[in-house]
Amino acid sequence: MRKYIIKRLLISVVILFFVAFIIYALMRCLPTSYVENMARQKSMQPGSKSFEEWMEQLTAAYNMDKGIILGFFGWMGNILKGNFGDSWRWTVPVVEKFHDTVWLSFVMGAISFALEILIAIPLGIVAATKQYSKADYTISVIALAGISLPTFFFASLLKLVFSVKLGWFDLYGLVGRSYDQLDFMGQLLDKAHHLVLPIITLVVVSMGSLMRYTRTNMLEVLNADYIRTARAKGLPEKKVIYHHAFRNTLIPLVTIIGGSLPGLFSGALITETLYSIPGIGFTSYESMVAGDIPFSMFYLVFSAILTLLGNLLADILYAVVDPRVRIA
Amino acid sequence: MKKENTAPSENNKTTYSLNDDRRVKVLSPGALVAKRFFRNRLAVTGLVVLIAMFAFAFIGGMVSPYKQDQKFYRVDQQSKAYAGVVRNEEWRYTVADKDKFTGIVQAQAFLAITKNETAFSYDGVDYQLQKLADDFYAVHTGGQLIGIASKELVNSSTSNDKLSFEFTYDALLAKAQKGDSFVSEGKTYTVDEDGVVYDGTGAEVAYVSEYVVRAVMGDVFLTRRFKNELIDTLEAGRTDFVFTDDDGATAEYVLTYNAGTKSWDVMKETDTTVFDTYASPTKAHWLGTDRNGMDMLTRLMYGGRVSLIIGFIVVFIESLIGVIMGGISGYFGGWVDNLIMRIVDIFYCIPSMPVIIILGAAMDAANVESSLRMLYLMLILGFFGWAGVARLVRGQILSLREQEFMTATEACGISVRRRIFKHLIPNVIPQLIVTMTMGLGTTIILEATLSFLGLGVRFPFASWGNIINDVNNVFVLTHYWNIWIPAGVLLLMTVLAFNIVGDGLRDAFDPKMKR
Repeated sequence: MRKYIIKRLLISVVILFFVAFIIYALMRCLPTSYVENMARQKSMQPGSKSFEEWMEQLTAAYNMDKGIILGFFGWMGNILKGNFGDSWRWTVPVVEKFHDTVWLSFVMGAISFALEILIAIPLGIVAATKQYSKADYTISVIALAGISLPTFFFASLLKLVFSVKLGWFDLYGLVGRSYDQLDFMGQLLDKAHHLVLPIITLVVVSMGSLMRYTRTNMLEVLNADYIRTARAKGLPEKKVIYHHAFRNTLIPLVTIIGGSLPGLFSGALITETLYSIPGIGFTSYESMVAGDIPFSMFYLVFSAILTLLGNLLADILYAVVDPRVRIA
Repeated sequence: MKKENTAPSENNKTTYSLNDDRRVKVLSPGALVAKRFFRNRLAVTGLVVLIAMFAFAFIGGMVSPYKQDQKFYRVDQQSKAYAGVVRNEEWRYTVADKDKFTGIVQAQAFLAITKNETAFSYDGVDYQLQKLADDFYAVHTGGQLIGIASKELVNSSTSNDKLSFEFTYDALLAKAQKGDSFVSEGKTYTVDEDGVVYDGTGAEVAYVSEYVVRAVMGDVFLTRRFKNELIDTLEAGRTDFVFTDDDGATAEYVLTYNAGTKSWDVMKETDTTVFDTYASPTKAHWLGTDRNGMDMLTRLMYGGRVSLIIGFIVVFIESLIGVIMGGISGYFGGWVDNLIMRIVDIFYCIPSMPVIIILGAAMDAANVESSLRMLYLMLILGFFGWAGVARLVRGQILSLREQEFMTATEACGISVRRRIFKHLIPNVIPQLIVTMTMGLGTTIILEATLSFLGLGVRFPFASWGNIINDVNNVFVLTHYWNIWIPAGVLLLMTVLAFNIVGDGLRDAFDPKMKR
């Protein structure tokens, strides 16, 4: 087991190296609009150096005067020393901005993930146990609709109904107008109030696939021989489903849920952007559109690490949960 | 594949003997799949929706009487600021000698007038005030007339040019003293009770008035007749009047009093041709028009075409790369497999959405032309999406490779190429078709999301995503549901239909399924 994990970790590091290189190369191929803008602004100031000189100085400061490969190793050297650089868009160290935003995203992601599990798994089981019934069709269609629903359209509909027509929520933002006058509890409630629509959006859009996954796996288990045996020896249906079948369905479920845990930190790029929630997703969207290379690089590599971690976690969990699986 | 026994019909009974093979109706595997698929009502509904959507997008665009970027106009009554009127209650100074009657001297003169003094001095110079009429003073110094202060003004009737000081002075004097005629700069003029000044031939040259009327635009000359009409309206307390100018053009003018500046603003109501933006649904435009004054329904049709075409091309690119890479990897195994799978791992690991957003922003910065941008978008989406297909194909081929029929092909000495393309790939195709169908839905959503963020398909091309993009304008979100809801519903229906059909196909391809 330990050997397997170490091997996987080593492979992951190699993959990460290449992913980081590809991302870095991509970022470097972009028109360096931010540096140019900054050089232009600085050269406009009275008594300043010329645009060319500023450009030279800035590209040197940001390690952009070297070739892509040398620049990449320079960047990696800094990263290994724990120096992630300063964000251009936010003019603070990348790590600081990351620290400011990631927990909001995590809380939002965790709440919606918990809701998703609580809704999707029971519904998926109901659909599987009553296959081809009306309930099954309804749940399947809802799940498919959730998968097919474009996030931005659903968010716009929610805004129209709940923000504009009913006036229950604000259209954008995390805090209300009177946030600064509230006491601690009030501030917390204000934030929670503003997170309701984004969380609903996230849950509805993402629960479909978990629901279908649960249903498919439950169906597979229900067709297994040991379920037939359980029924044949006269066990009550409830016990068959919730004791024998459900436990076996849990194996792939735990695997997939464990695998998506690291992803909670990567934030919801689209949803956060739609509601202007200043989490890691929205912040990096702004950075990416503004051409902020240090922050975008950090975010992209961070997401890549989370993906790798998720895969690794899923594989390990699979072996831990299912005693039949032995990994070499 | 298995054969299906069908009940022998009446004719068959007589023609064939009982154990004749022809009594057994043989269905090809494809026909079996089709049969199973069409028995699934939900999937058929999805298929019908898809066909309708294709008809809407591809035939609809041809049937529609409008082009996708045809703009519509409407005539709108627009109020344009035309002139401003101030009733003069301040002293106005007309300067004869710029160096002597300076602003500060004007202020001193004003003080002297309010104190009813006839002389004042400033900075060691003495000035004399000569009262010529109620609101009309002349300022002298050292016997020289340096300027006048009056509440009435003299305006030229023929142009916007300023009148000379001598003429102004003489005209004001003549009006104040009720003198019928006066001589100024060698010409003789007459002035009537209304303050209109005529020259020797009886033509109107100027007028004296306490109203100041200015045109908002510098190049507009307000005729005397217009000003008269305006001031009559003002004095009668009405707020609008209709005026026909010398060229015969009639327009309506509306007066509004502006308390802040104590002036009247004259707005001219003119007919202006504007883009027919955000029109409500009518017979001509079933879904109204969008922000550029283009027919919404036509935009939706062309948008659907773009969305569907992009979906198909992207999925084609993905599958092409995926099948080749996955096929090679699965069939050859060993270090080739290892290498390709690591590449797949890398592509799996790249966060594609952020990368695509960055590339979209880069295309923005580089001002890539709209149609080229669409092409790049498809290539990018395809390039970042093939890893999943490759993994699927490899997995399938790995398990198929070990099966007996592959051993049989090897035993028969069939060439490698033929083995891969004739025996392995066809067996992967069912899974592949299901993935591709579902992938179409995902790709369409992805493209729409990018277009919604303004990083995908660009104007003048329509796509369902960039049509909905208009809701970023809160006014559209709240008031013009006809702009964005139809596009969203079409998008949802198309993607849902692709997913349902994909689901149905999966069930139909799976022979273990009960139905």
